[in-house]
Amino acid sequence: MEILIPLVVIALIVVFVIGLYNRLVTMRQRVREAWADIDVQLKRRWDLIPNLIETVKGYAAHERQTFEAVTQARSAAMAAAQSGSPEQRAQAETALGGALLNLRAVAEAYPQLQAVQEFKDLSENLRDTEDKIAFARRFYNGNVRDYNTAIQTVPTNILAGMFGFTAEQYFEMTDLAQREAPKVSFS
Amino acid sequence: MAAPQSRLNIYDAVAANRWRTVALITVFTGLLIALGYAVGEVFAPGGGVAMVPAALGLSGVSATASYFAGDKLVLAQSQARELAPGEETQLRNIVDTLSIGLGIPPPRIYLIDDTAPNAFATGRDPKHASIAVTRGLLDKLDRTELEGVIAHELSHVGNHDIRVMLLVTVLVGTIALLSDWMFRSFAFGGGRRGRDRGGGGGIVLIIAIALAILTPIIATLIQLAVSRQREYLADASGALLTRFPPGLASALRKIAADKEALEVANKATASLYFANPLKDAPRAMDGLFDTHPPIAERIRRLEAM
Repeated sequence: MEILIPLVVIALIVVFVIGLYNRLVTMRQRVREAWADIDVQLKRRWDLIPNLIETVKGYAAHERQTFEAVTQARSAAMAAAQSGSPEQRAQAETALGGALLNLRAVAEAYPQLQAVQEFKDLSENLRDTEDKIAFARRFYNGNVRDYNTAIQTVPTNILAGMFGFTAEQYFEMTDLAQREAPKVSFS
Repeated sequence: MAAPQSRLNIYDAVAANRWRTVALITVFTGLLIALGYAVGEVFAPGGGVAMVPAALGLSGVSATASYFAGDKLVLAQSQARELAPGEETQLRNIVDTLSIGLGIPPPRIYLIDDTAPNAFATGRDPKHASIAVTRGLLDKLDRTELEGVIAHELSHVGNHDIRVMLLVTVLVGTIALLSDWMFRSFAFGGGRRGRDRGGGGGIVLIIAIALAILTPIIATLIQLAVSRQREYLADASGALLTRFPPGLASALRKIAADKEALEVANKATASLYFANPLKDAPRAMDGLFDTHPPIAERIRRLEAM
């Protein structure tokens, strides 16, 4: 009988440790899945830009600087997605958001443009995409926070150190329009 | 923007709901066994044990059926039709966007052609979920209000409330059905046998009658308590999702001001809705038999956020 008690205790500890380990794996997996959501929406924003520029060009051809800024920011964002760190990517996407905001401000000055259905659709799509980026980012950051908290607190931090779970980075876009996205309207 | 400071962890809510589901099924099974035993005793003294497997079978079948097909039943009963692609794009955008924020696949969207503003969500898990809104909700609410209501409903989906509610609704229905049969058995077979048995049978009969009256009431109370509590929770997590509690509060105010009852709702489906669709209980306190918490209290809690 005496030998049984330590055996039971050891078995319980093993089960407990396995549970903790699996929890860490699950949380890291959630962070990665959440990242995919952001990625999809950022790419959707890139895809909207060429059409948007074409449409605005038709009514405001001489605003070339604005168009170029957007195009450049878009290329930079695409390059950062290929090779950059998450931080660089966040910076590039923030810059793209700023350039797009400028483009919208410019478009405000052309009443005929505001009446074009295609422009309205594109604007609505863009707005919707930026909403989705904001929500995807929020979900991602929430998951990162839960995961990072877990690998820094007792007892999971011991396991995290043993099995090489490292902290994930937040995706911070110091945002211009997105924070108040629900109220932004330019139609 | 810094990481969100306060966030109801949806995964904790899911885990809590898993336990709640198990607990509810256990309690309901216990009630059903008691009821089945009593029915059996009334029919034939000593025959109560034989009724227990029958009652268990009945609840098993109805729980399984509700798990897999209950959402379709509820949607059909509410005369909801699924949105065609490209229809109501604003609503679809809101649902898609908020689903991303919760990390769930966007549920299917149904429309109920009724001018009373209301909505509900149903299904067994986020992958098999549907949300239904009325025409009146789309017409009477602005975008931020609609976002508030949709966020509330999606919270029900995300934290698996929809499964608990579906099971509870059907299990309560089963108990009501069984006690109904019991009353019929008193009227036909049971009473006569009771007389043959004499005094001892009389006590059994009294207990049986008491059970037949009490179990449906207990079951209903459980259902209502469960649904009221989760309305507050869904309000809170919905508001956290949109980061804009005033949107939901304003939607609640508009819906409270709207005195129209939703015709396709009934006593069984009422507790699924965003706000009480029957408009029958305008009280200030949490009443024992209300399906929903009072709207004024819900608004107060949202404004305190």
